[in-house]
Amino acid sequence: DGVTSDAGLALEPGSRILGPFPSSKMAGEKKAGEKKAKKPRKHHASRNPVLARGIGKYSRSAMYARKAMYKRKYDAPETKIEKKKREKAPATLTKPVGGDKNGGNRVVKVRKMPRYYPTEDVPRKLLSHGKKPFCQHKRKLRASITPGTVLIILTGRHRGKRVVFLKQLASGLLLVTGPLAINRVPLRRTHQKFVIATSTKVDISGVKLPKHLTDAYFKKKRLRKPKHQEGEIFDTEKEKYEVTEQRKTDQKTVDSQILPIIKKVPQLRGYLRSVFALSNGVYPHKLVF
Amino acid sequence: MVFKRYVEIGRVAYISFGPHAGKLVAIVDVIDQNRALVDGPCSGVRRQAMPFKCMQLTDFVLKFPHSARQKHVRVAWEKENINEKWTGTRWAKKIEAREKKAKMTDFDRYKVMKAKKMRNRIIKHEVKKLQKQSSKKA
Repeated sequence: DGVTSDAGLALEPGSRILGPFPSSKMAGEKKAGEKKAKKPRKHHASRNPVLARGIGKYSRSAMYARKAMYKRKYDAPETKIEKKKREKAPATLTKPVGGDKNGGNRVVKVRKMPRYYPTEDVPRKLLSHGKKPFCQHKRKLRASITPGTVLIILTGRHRGKRVVFLKQLASGLLLVTGPLAINRVPLRRTHQKFVIATSTKVDISGVKLPKHLTDAYFKKKRLRKPKHQEGEIFDTEKEKYEVTEQRKTDQKTVDSQILPIIKKVPQLRGYLRSVFALSNGVYPHKLVF
Repeated sequence: MVFKRYVEIGRVAYISFGPHAGKLVAIVDVIDQNRALVDGPCSGVRRQAMPFKCMQLTDFVLKFPHSARQKHVRVAWEKENINEKWTGTRWAKKIEAREKKAKMTDFDRYKVMKAKKMRNRIIKHEVKKLQKQSSKKA
């Protein structure tokens, strides 16, 4: 290459002159291909000779100049968090004017000023550790409860009934079905603690459950529209639960897959129809379920 | 007689409790009032001293001299075919039935209930038939 030790320049041994050279090397690189981006560059030895261990000859600023750091400024790529910080949410929204004075738009602030400033500031809460909200709790499931297990429900209106376990929902409750045709237990949620797991299992591996069966689907609905004061509220609340059509179709899809499996096992259908009961001389702690 | 089964050399005993509960052993020698030297080569019991209290005598007696080696005990045991004879006795069958009952699951209990119900129905039906016959004759 075209680099030779120039007369007049005091070079440190082993140093290398940086900078764009009008050498054939550059042109050659451009031609030969941008595929081979950079030759593996050899690292320069330390430009700061050692006077004693831990002590160099040049100061920080001298080294900055010697290493030509003024030319070597790199930007770290913007992280996702910084990008998110940069993107600002809109500060105001325009909404149509409804009611009286219809038509036209009004500008509404997205984050409004507080309508009340307390006289005393709220004291700062101390840091707490590991107190998670319910939605983030770890859900446990007893090892004896697997999909297809026959469970005995102990509380509620279906107490004593034997029922097939389908899956555990996100809230930790168990999704369970009678099937409805056998013991009038619909697709329902039960709590793990109020259930006895028997060792009888039904092979449910081929059964496909609809994806929309979640906690929100099963949650009890409560109307909340108190336009008037207390007095007539008790009539409007839903007293009677009505089975919706969607529940019926979901029940059908699930049960139609499970019933043939149950029919194959001898006496299982009669077992699921029967009800669990204790009698004299029967002690639950001595029973093998 | 008052007693039918005696402690003797070669008597096969059933161990009722302790670490070897449920196994059969042969009495090889008597140590003192309370203990015997006992060996169960075909039932996995090492030759050892065992108190009489945990042994229950069976009907089987083997023929070997006192303090005979394990090898001879084993030969005598296999000659008499004690293991098969034991499983054929009512005693062993009762033990097995008791174990099965304790291991019954909820589904098994349901099946047993249904079977018993059906059996009793059949029996009652036949009894009623016979009663009717006899009342007709009279």
